[in-house]
Amino acid sequence: MADDRTIADMLRSQGVTRRGFLKFCATTASMMALSPAMVPKIAEALENAKRPSVIWLSFQECTGCTESLTRSHAPTIEKLMFDVISLDHHHTLMAASGDAVHEAMYEAMEENYGKYILIVDGSIPVGNPAYSTIGGISNLDMLKDVAKGAAAIVAVGTCAAYGGLPYANPNPTGAVPVSEIIKDKPIINVPGCPPIPVVITGVLAQYLTFGKLPEMDDLGRPMAFYGQNIHDRCYRRPFYERGQFAETFDDEGARKGWCLFKLGCRGPITYNACATTKWNEGTSWPVEAGHGCLGCSQPNFWDMGGFYNALSEPTRNIGETAGYALAAGAAVGLAAGAAARHKKTKAVTNHQTVTVDDLEKEKSS
Amino acid sequence: MNGNASSCGQTAGSDELITGNVTPILNEVRHALNKLLEQGEATVIDIRALPLGPGEEQKLESLLGIGEVTATIEAMGTSTVNETLFAGVWLVTHRNTEDEILGKFIEITRYPSILESQTEDMRSALTALPELLPESLTENS
Repeated sequence: MADDRTIADMLRSQGVTRRGFLKFCATTASMMALSPAMVPKIAEALENAKRPSVIWLSFQECTGCTESLTRSHAPTIEKLMFDVISLDHHHTLMAASGDAVHEAMYEAMEENYGKYILIVDGSIPVGNPAYSTIGGISNLDMLKDVAKGAAAIVAVGTCAAYGGLPYANPNPTGAVPVSEIIKDKPIINVPGCPPIPVVITGVLAQYLTFGKLPEMDDLGRPMAFYGQNIHDRCYRRPFYERGQFAETFDDEGARKGWCLFKLGCRGPITYNACATTKWNEGTSWPVEAGHGCLGCSQPNFWDMGGFYNALSEPTRNIGETAGYALAAGAAVGLAAGAAARHKKTKAVTNHQTVTVDDLEKEKSS
Repeated sequence: MNGNASSCGQTAGSDELITGNVTPILNEVRHALNKLLEQGEATVIDIRALPLGPGEEQKLESLLGIGEVTATIEAMGTSTVNETLFAGVWLVTHRNTEDEILGKFIEITRYPSILESQTEDMRSALTALPELLPESLTENS
C-alpha cells in the first residue's frame, strides 16, 4: 500500500542501527557487483528511497522462481529487501486468501498507479489463453491489465524473460515471454531457471538505489549481474586453458576438478552471476558440484542441443548456438577450436571418429 | 613485509591452487597498502566478487592470518573484524542472524569504518541516556 516512509525509516523502525544499515549497504553493493567504494552513495540513495509497492504475478511456471527466493534461510538480505518493499500481491504466496488477494491487488494498483513495480514469473500462453487462468482471468488479460499502471516490469525467470521451458519446441501452449506482449513499458529480464535469489532482490535494490532502470545488455538483462561470462569467471578456466578436460563424470579429470567443456558445459555462451555469487548463500554452484552449466539464463536453452554434448559438437541447432557463441566473444571460438583439437588427439588414441565439422573448426580456429 | 610475505608467494603459486587468483589478490593488497601509506587512501576488496576455487578463499585467509586486533559487531547478525598479520590489512566478514556469510571484504585502512560509532546511533543514545538519570540532573542540560 502507499507508504511515504523511506527505506532507511523502515529499517530503523525494525530496530536496525545505522551501523547495521551500513552493513546492509556493503552487502548490497557486493550483491549488485558494485565497487565497495560505492557503499556511501548507496547508503545516501537508500536513505531517501521510498518504500515501493510491488505486485507479483505468477503465470505459466513451476514456482521455482518463488521457491528460489522464499526458500532462502531467513533472515537473509533477500528477506530484508522484501521487508522494505511493500509486496502487495503475490498470487502463489497469497492464494489461500482467495478473492481478497485480487481485491488487494486492485487496491494497490489504484493507490500506486504509474509507480508500482510489476514482477512476473512464468510465460504467457497465447495459443489458447485458457491453458492458464487465475480466478477465471487469462494470464494474457491479467498481464495487460496490471502492466498498464506499472512503472517498470521485472520478468523473473527464463519463462517470463524468454519463454523458458513452456516455449521449448513444440511449444504446445503457444507460450510467449512478457516482452512479446507488453511493448510500452520498461522490462528488466532476470532470467535463470531459477534466477539466483540475491540477483532477484539485487535488481530491486539497484532500481531502488538509483531510481532508474539498470544498464542492460541486448537481451534486456542487467549488466551488473549478467555482464560477465560464466566461462570467463569460472574457477575451472585454468584447466580449460591447459587443455585439461573431464571426459566422463567419473574419470580422473572429473575427480581432479578439470574443465567440464567436453561434458556439455554451456559456460562459454552463458551470462550469469553463478560463478561468483554462487548458490545457497554462496556455498557452491553447479560447476563446483561437478556438473556443467546448462545455460539456463540464455534464450532457448532447452532447445540448444543435448545438455551433454560439447558446444563444439554439431547439433540440429548449431547455427543458433554458434550465433550466441559469436555474441559471447572470441573466447568461444578458442573454446571450440581447443576442444576440437583435443577431441582429435583423443580420437587418435581411442580410435574414435573425428567428424568433418571438427576438422573444419580446427582449421578455422 | 617479512618472512611471512615470502612464504605467501611460494604457497600461493603452488599447483594445489586452482585459479591462481590468490597471488594476484595478495599483490593487490600490497599495492593498496603502499597507497595507504603514501597517499592515505583506503581500499576495499570484495573477496566474493572474484573467482576462487574450492579452498582458495580459506587459503587466502590463512595466508593473511590473524593479527593483533579482533572485534565483533552485533548488527543484523555478527560481523567480525580482524586485523591480519599485516598491519593495515583487515578482514571483515558480515554474517546474518543465521550465521550465514553475506559478504567478505579485505579492507586496507587504518581501521574499518564499520567500527566507528555512527552519528544517528549516537543521537539515539543521547535520547536514551537521560532515561537512566534522575530527572533533576538532566533538566538544565
